[in-house]
Amino acid sequence: MDTGIIAFGGYLPKARLQRSEIAKAHSWFNPGLRGLAKGERTMANWDEDSVTMAVEAGRDCLTGHDRAGLSGLFMASTSFPFQDRQNAGIVGDALDINADALTVDLASSQRAGTSALALALRSAGDAPALVIAADKRQTKAAAPLEMSYGDGAAALLVGQGDVVARLLAASSEAVDFVDHYRGQGEEFDYAWEARWIRDEGYNQIVPPVVTRVLEQASVAASDISSFCFPPAARNVAAGLAKKLGVPAEAVADNLQATCGETGTAHALVMLIKALEDAKPGDRILVVGFGQGCDVLLFETTEALKKLAPRVGITGHLARRRAEGNYHKFLAFNDLMVMERGIRSELDKATSLSTHYRTKDMAQKMMGGECTACGTVQFPKTNICVSPNCGAVDSQKDHPFAEKTGRLNSFTADRLTYSPDPPAYYGMVQFEGGGRLMNDFTDIDPDEELDVGLEMRMMFRVKDYDNARGFRRYFWKATPVQTNATKG
Amino acid sequence: MASGIKDKVAILGMGCSKFGERWMDSAEDLMVEAFTEALEDAGIEKSQIDAAWLGTAIEEQHVGKSAVPLAKALRLAYIPVSRVENYCASGTEAFRGAVYAVASGACDIALALGVEKLKDTGYGGLPQRGRGTVNDLYWPNISAPGSFGQLATAYRAKHGVNKDDLKRAMAHISIKSHDNGALNPKAHLRSRITEEKVLNAPMIADPLGLYDCCGVSDGSACVIVTTPEIAKSLGKKDLVTVKAIQLSGSNGAEAEYNNWDGSYFETTRVAAQNAYKEAGIINPREQMSLFEVHDCFSITELVTMEDLFISPEGGAIRDVMDGFYDADGKIPCQIDGGLKCFGHPIGASGIRMIYEMYLQMQGRAGARQRQQEPVFGMTHNLGGFPHQNVCSLTIVGKEGV
Repeated sequence: MDTGIIAFGGYLPKARLQRSEIAKAHSWFNPGLRGLAKGERTMANWDEDSVTMAVEAGRDCLTGHDRAGLSGLFMASTSFPFQDRQNAGIVGDALDINADALTVDLASSQRAGTSALALALRSAGDAPALVIAADKRQTKAAAPLEMSYGDGAAALLVGQGDVVARLLAASSEAVDFVDHYRGQGEEFDYAWEARWIRDEGYNQIVPPVVTRVLEQASVAASDISSFCFPPAARNVAAGLAKKLGVPAEAVADNLQATCGETGTAHALVMLIKALEDAKPGDRILVVGFGQGCDVLLFETTEALKKLAPRVGITGHLARRRAEGNYHKFLAFNDLMVMERGIRSELDKATSLSTHYRTKDMAQKMMGGECTACGTVQFPKTNICVSPNCGAVDSQKDHPFAEKTGRLNSFTADRLTYSPDPPAYYGMVQFEGGGRLMNDFTDIDPDEELDVGLEMRMMFRVKDYDNARGFRRYFWKATPVQTNATKG
Repeated sequence: MASGIKDKVAILGMGCSKFGERWMDSAEDLMVEAFTEALEDAGIEKSQIDAAWLGTAIEEQHVGKSAVPLAKALRLAYIPVSRVENYCASGTEAFRGAVYAVASGACDIALALGVEKLKDTGYGGLPQRGRGTVNDLYWPNISAPGSFGQLATAYRAKHGVNKDDLKRAMAHISIKSHDNGALNPKAHLRSRITEEKVLNAPMIADPLGLYDCCGVSDGSACVIVTTPEIAKSLGKKDLVTVKAIQLSGSNGAEAEYNNWDGSYFETTRVAAQNAYKEAGIINPREQMSLFEVHDCFSITELVTMEDLFISPEGGAIRDVMDGFYDADGKIPCQIDGGLKCFGHPIGASGIRMIYEMYLQMQGRAGARQRQQEPVFGMTHNLGGFPHQNVCSLTIVGKEGV
């Protein structure tokens, strides 16, 4: 039986920061930034982090797939919101997967994403495992990395059976090559010279492992259809390809112009983009680099054509809004001291016991369905809300996260505190019943909201408790986009 | 079948502080100011008060918990004191406690006082506050203008109203209240405004601009009630009596069931039917003389006049633009300036409204006195949000009508 990729999905934040705006702000200090000032990078909204992006990628990946029978959820990131609270556990909870799946966080290296994939493939059994990589890497203002990085997430469902891409071979090599690092308690990466990383890192460490994988699979380098190697630096992947004998046209776009390098997710983001563009029989070579490298070689199958449509990386690249305000990026990433007003001082403490007791409501958006009258409602309560029913303890779980709804009423509130004013919120009436006065997110200030507009839910940060380092999540409504692409 | 409160309780005396930004006055100062006027108006000794109710909503900003702050500020004689809180209906809730105590025969004379000292937060608007540990997990960081402003979006969708027409009717409501407030020496805001100014004001919560929102004020109001018999025995004539007190609280259906369209107040409609019935009023549009409604926002007043069955559903814009609710109109609404201009010290507002009715019915309203003699007046409070609220209604009127 084949082992490989069963399904895939991606997520990129909607806002695209224009690099020309970053250069405009900082080239007085570092004129070299002008050379990088082309294109745009993804920019996470204030209420997005690696966990929320992972959830969105996971939802996309699991489109049309049963969520109950997973063997594991491996989450990779170098920007986990929690140091000691399992991040994969939050993602699994929000995705409402079976609780007996093995949930694991994989961290501390830019190849954590490919390592998670390799690990999941190596342990693949009857039940599929979900691999998700997500990153929202912090950079100092005016750092060249601020230009080249992006925020995003990638998800792959792997296992045995009817795979869309079978694993031909995989190999890894550990080399403690410190091209950059981030020590304990540090916010930002400390990086060494790019030319050295290219000459002694990429060019020395990657080729032997690729050769090993190609030999293992008995595939010639010239037969590679897509070579996914994430580094942002120009021509690095092309140079390696030339050295290895991989055709120049197989070198995959590293998405620098449209997305930026999404950290440990990026090799998988590129893999997913390659799968979206592939035809059956294509060979896709993926390399993850960081203190050594992981190399994986896949071959796509006929099943690729049957995969249910999903947004994917292609769809998320299209779901975009140009952001020309660099100050907003600084504010969202806490890179400048900003007067946020006394209203922002409200204590956002979370009672952990309350949180646990109401976790299904807040993290899964689980509502109720009255077994006496059938009324679907949110939240799930003791007594049915229907004026004609009122049955006590009659409600069974009813999930709302994947529902769409329509606007009943809405506002754009400039009085209440929001990190991104105005605060958009309103009443959403869900298809099939139930409603909620709810926050909106990713609202384009130029688009007109209207009663009746169709909305879908997204998992986001509800509040940051900066005094205690906690953040709580909930689901927010966003206008439905009809940009699902064929898988 | 309950016989209701009609004519069982009379107002013996009332007082109201000046509302406004009372930077140098504490809640205690405001309470004493309203109380002193009410006691003098009642013509009784403090020792004759049998029980007292304190209505205040955001007590953590000023007096703290319980009714002890009232007992201390007024130096009451170890009588029963209770604090009530029911959002913006807190003042009316205190009034209800005192009125019911008298009607039950448990007390001869009872006092209700509402107070709010809001201007100690350091910023404009109502104080930002938590909503409880569970609600904080999923409610939006909803503000008053943000929730009430949504009435406008839903009202427009339901009645097919053009954005500009609704905005102009809302502006007329605010201009009218500013005109009325200008004549009221105790009002917080006493300047007149123009339509141009209203329409060009900064946006607070779409579509509510600055002048669609009431002021946040410090203030206190106090009422002393007794039976009509005792009032007469104390030499009072031309009594103003309580005709109805009704409350209605949301049970979650607007917020969580599927029927409510967001354009009106379910609670107000229920309470209004009950209140007119309790007062024996058959045709409110013909019989009512005055309204003091909870005009926290212009749009609230607009839809409320339909929910109180004065304007037909979808017809409030026409009545408003026709001047039906102006001071010289058929039924003046907010003749004292309303929450918009008299001000809105939350716990005091319900009693402030009754204070205006009391003055108008006794012909003591000075420059803003309604020319045609008022018979029935209704006060209306709305606490919370359109999708989840408490509505309180009071009808007062001349004894015997």
